[in-house]
Amino acid sequence: MNDDVYIIGAGIHPFGRTDGRSGRDQGVYAVREALGDAGIEWGDVEFAYGGSAAAGSADIMVNELGLTSVPFINVANGCATGGSALTAARNAIAAGACDIALAVGFDKHPRGAFNAKPSDYGLPEWYGETGMMLTTQFFALKIQRYMAIHGISRRTLGLVAEKAFRNGTLCDHAWRRSPVDLDTILNAPMVNDPLTKYMFCSPAEGAVALVLASGKKVRELGSDAVRIASVAFRTRPEGSFEVFAPSISVNGGGKPTEVASRAAFEMAGIGPEDVSVAQLQDTESGAEIMHMAENGFCSDGEQEQWLAEGWSEIGGKMPINTDGGCLACGEPIGASGLRQVYENTVQLRGRGGERQVPNGPKVGYSHVYGAPGLSAVAILER
Amino acid sequence: MSALAPIAPGLWTDEAEPRLIGARRADGEIIFPVPSGDAAALVEPVALSRNGTLWSWTTQGFEPKEPYSGPQPFQPFLIGYVELPGEVIVETRIVDASPTDLVIGMPMTFVVVPFDDARSTYAFRPERQP
Repeated sequence: MNDDVYIIGAGIHPFGRTDGRSGRDQGVYAVREALGDAGIEWGDVEFAYGGSAAAGSADIMVNELGLTSVPFINVANGCATGGSALTAARNAIAAGACDIALAVGFDKHPRGAFNAKPSDYGLPEWYGETGMMLTTQFFALKIQRYMAIHGISRRTLGLVAEKAFRNGTLCDHAWRRSPVDLDTILNAPMVNDPLTKYMFCSPAEGAVALVLASGKKVRELGSDAVRIASVAFRTRPEGSFEVFAPSISVNGGGKPTEVASRAAFEMAGIGPEDVSVAQLQDTESGAEIMHMAENGFCSDGEQEQWLAEGWSEIGGKMPINTDGGCLACGEPIGASGLRQVYENTVQLRGRGGERQVPNGPKVGYSHVYGAPGLSAVAILER
Repeated sequence: MSALAPIAPGLWTDEAEPRLIGARRADGEIIFPVPSGDAAALVEPVALSRNGTLWSWTTQGFEPKEPYSGPQPFQPFLIGYVELPGEVIVETRIVDASPTDLVIGMPMTFVVVPFDDARSTYAFRPERQP
């Protein structure tokens, strides 16, 4: 058994569009970056987990990385692919099965909104045929109600997007590298009311790889390591309101993010007030706002003040989505959750350059949410 | 009399004032639509109320990719959730309204509407003032 598990190497292939390079090749690129960062060879990796949603199996990467006979488990878990790979890699080391493990996620999606197949989600064909099976609608429907109940303004939605693009200009792995001003965001074409086109992230391409190691290995290698204080991955509880829901319970219910967040904080033995930097799922502006509350960082409605005061800016009291999040980086499903963990690793190591959170952040929190209602939270400590 | 065929069988009742068909689970919870396959044996079909309140809404401003099969050229439409009190909150098209008409909590009424030249689907519209 290994009590503590660490990240000792983090690699990323820039997000966005890379014509002529497959999703898996972007994955190989990220793995080589992570191995180089960790100062190890591919042959040192004892266990590997990885996957994509739309760019094929991860284990084929051994063709490029080397036929070392490493056990390589393909992960296919939708939006939780990266989070699942990280959970599995961490658990393999914690269980004492190995001392060095890899988690990798990559993807390459066509342009435009995702088009899910009803049968893949156990839903009838008419649900898709009538135009109700769109992830963008879910987020709009959820924030529309949330704004009405908790007094969130459209301006606040715009401020979230403005922050994302501003942070993206400082980040070399971001896709959107130009600032977009608030008026442009608010007056852009409406995609799903109240969300305009600049308030939504786009499906994209990219890859992230993380090298994990036991404490024994960290000491042996003298690594620049970040400890994984907890990882919690949860599917939806009874009565929750999720993407692709033809009906919702009138009795209300829990939320997968709340369940995962509570579990992660409990496992880490800390609370929201201890977090120095957070990466929260921002499929669109409203998602970041709602996830601030669902992850325990504020109460419902307080986001209005948070955004007005700049508390979630780099340099604010709790910076959120320091690399521009999904809004600036795009969303390659298999890589997106691991990008958040990558960014926290960069921040806790103090390697953020222009986007570095000041005063040496000690605790990084990441949260990914996706279809059909799942959340994964990882807490890193320096 | 319309010759339109329902977009799928079993979504609403065949009566003068049709109602959506939900499914009551053993624990009393009502879901929509009635599940297919083995799960269908575990529920009891139940006709739902024609009246409810608007729970949330949005616009669909761009044409969805497949499997969307709406009429051409694409016309933006409204969708939302309507709460049928004590029963279930159903996702639905919203008709006879523009975004500026819609207020969360407003009364809504069930209606069967044309989907395209051949098929009908279900929707809710704001309750008409008497």
